[in-house]
Amino acid sequence: MARPRHALTAAAAAFAALAAAPGCGREPAAGALRFWAFGREGEVVKELMPEFERRNPGLRVEVQQVPWTAAHEKLLTAFVGRQTPDIVQIGNTWIPEFVALDALEPLDPFLSRSPALAPGDYFPGIWDTNVLPGGVFGVPWYVDTRVLFYRGDLLREAGIAGPPRTWEEWRAALAALRARGAPGSFAMLLPTDEWAQPVILGFQTGAELLRDGGRHGAFRAPEFRRAAAFYVSLFREGFAPPLSNAQVSNVYQQFDGGDFKMWITGPWDVGNFRRYLPPARQEVWSTAPLPAPGPDALAPGLSLAGGSSLAVFRASRRKDDAWRLVEYLSAPEQQLRFYALSGDLPARTAAWDAEVLRDDSKARAFALQLRHVRPTPKVPEWESIAQRVAERFQEVLHGGVTLEAGLEALDGDADQILEKRRWLLDRRNAGAR
Amino acid sequence: MRAEARREALSGWLFVAPALAVLAVFFVGPVAAGFLLGLTDVDLYALGGVGAWRFVGLRNYGRLLADPIFWQALRNTFFFVLVGGPLTMAAALGAALLLDAKATRLKGLFRTVLFAPVVTTLVAVATVWRFLYNPRAGPLNLFLSFVGLGPVNWLGDAQWAMPSLVLMAVWKNFGYGMVLFIAGLQAIPESLHEAARIDGAGAWTRFRRITLPMLRPTLLFVGVITTIGYFQLFAEPYVMTGGTGGPNNATLSVALLMYKQGFRFWDMGAGAAIAFLLFLVILGASTLQVRLQKGSDA
Repeated sequence: MARPRHALTAAAAAFAALAAAPGCGREPAAGALRFWAFGREGEVVKELMPEFERRNPGLRVEVQQVPWTAAHEKLLTAFVGRQTPDIVQIGNTWIPEFVALDALEPLDPFLSRSPALAPGDYFPGIWDTNVLPGGVFGVPWYVDTRVLFYRGDLLREAGIAGPPRTWEEWRAALAALRARGAPGSFAMLLPTDEWAQPVILGFQTGAELLRDGGRHGAFRAPEFRRAAAFYVSLFREGFAPPLSNAQVSNVYQQFDGGDFKMWITGPWDVGNFRRYLPPARQEVWSTAPLPAPGPDALAPGLSLAGGSSLAVFRASRRKDDAWRLVEYLSAPEQQLRFYALSGDLPARTAAWDAEVLRDDSKARAFALQLRHVRPTPKVPEWESIAQRVAERFQEVLHGGVTLEAGLEALDGDADQILEKRRWLLDRRNAGAR
Repeated sequence: MRAEARREALSGWLFVAPALAVLAVFFVGPVAAGFLLGLTDVDLYALGGVGAWRFVGLRNYGRLLADPIFWQALRNTFFFVLVGGPLTMAAALGAALLLDAKATRLKGLFRTVLFAPVVTTLVAVATVWRFLYNPRAGPLNLFLSFVGLGPVNWLGDAQWAMPSLVLMAVWKNFGYGMVLFIAGLQAIPESLHEAARIDGAGAWTRFRRITLPMLRPTLLFVGVITTIGYFQLFAEPYVMTGGTGGPNNATLSVALLMYKQGFRFWDMGAGAAIAFLLFLVILGASTLQVRLQKGSDA
């Protein structure tokens, strides 16, 4: 697997290794399977390991916990320094990047040998995040997506029976909430520094976001225009304040106090609401799948396919052992144990039949929504482009830039960011000919 | 005779050779490598495969200069230097004058206590200051509420975030200048003050006419060191904002932007270009400072 590198890359690598040095731990015990997991997940997954080691005599797992904020850098520096672990938790939006580096092992041969691990038992949109040209590069471990959090009590007071199912109903509900809201309060919170909301609305209208195999931005396509216009109108009509997350001091208290009554966020906030709102206030908030653009509501509107996968590094010399750990962590019973420990939603649909999830009214929206999710464009540059999406919309919302000009600038940003990708693709195509 | 002179020159070069070698390896080499790296588009793709990089000339620089985020980072950094630098110097000089005063007791104790933040790890300091700055439970806001002032969202509000970092940095760093100023003050002959006192000079006049001019070399040194250090602002926003430079890039410094470009987006070319620009800025600022001081000497 030795691949020649340019001297500059080597210099960068040496620099990177130096920069990463303080984070390096001790050498892993000889013979232990090295597993890196991030943040809270890395903490609680250790509790699942004794059982795995009991079932697999002779196998030991060394879990290294890496903080989320350092995870991405750490993985890249590990790759450069050839210190990658055997198995890793990987945010599913990072997979294209590590596949572009040729760092991950295609898992198709392993999957075909593991009848217990059927792709059909996963949410299709989530599974899709792991599929790239060249194979399947990860197995979903836990999932997340965004749904509508809303104040059911205030909605009923405004004379609306249930959560909105179409954009039209959504707008009507927002108008009713706005009409009854206290001065200074808003119907909805859409933090302007998040790219997820406009992108999700774009999914719903069928926008591709990028075109020509990820060579150019496609933010001026009619589908995205429609979504963008709807998104901007939510602010222009006064339903949502143009605030960024940093300007909202305590989102849970403000939601409880009725400062805003709808919010699009993920499963992590289910736990936060349970923690930060008193028990007597747990009935006022509910979750619902996202509204669809309509006009009819046969299915919820699409949302983001998020979560983490388990992946095996190509450089690992213990891929079979690593795969056993993937199988173990993917078994529905372990998925449920992990859910109980971390609150992370299981990736296996079989696990969703368990009572803890079936009887949880707040989880139900996620069960439904997860069947209607889509991955973000699978190019390594997506994270940079997504950052620009948020920034350009902020300019439109705060800075008096027209939506048309904003979308044009966004396409320009995307084209600039994707320039290298175009060059590489063209060169590869020229070489293939 | 000429052979002897040549031998003398040779031994001279031999004597400075170790220092020159160290300079070449640890200064000239990296700066040149950084500059060259800044002319390429070495990025994530270049890590993954052979030849996936190009020489792009000054394109990285062109993009940077057209990027409002870079200018904001530059503005933030200059704010930190221009506000934090003088404040740190003033605090250091003030503390040094107090500690040097004849009436002061327990000088050793105070000197140690005031110097302690300098040698404390920034991560530990940051933990304490994050608590101080906590908008709801923090002692700082508690104190403000006693005097009837509203709570300030220190690190969460884009207006306050950078001043909060300045305050913390002043507290953390003034001890270093203070120790140097104390040494400088002790080197001023007492006879000068005595003579001035006999001539009827008050405390303020003596400070302006004797202490400050005599301290000039120390002032220059502390000023340059502080400025250079503050231009490289990185650790404070990194540990206080979780590496983001938020809120809304309000605490994003040039060095932090460089780090994000280089190691978060793995765009080494752009990162190296930022590093080189920062190098030029620091070089320019230090040269200017030395010139100004020299000019006022004349």
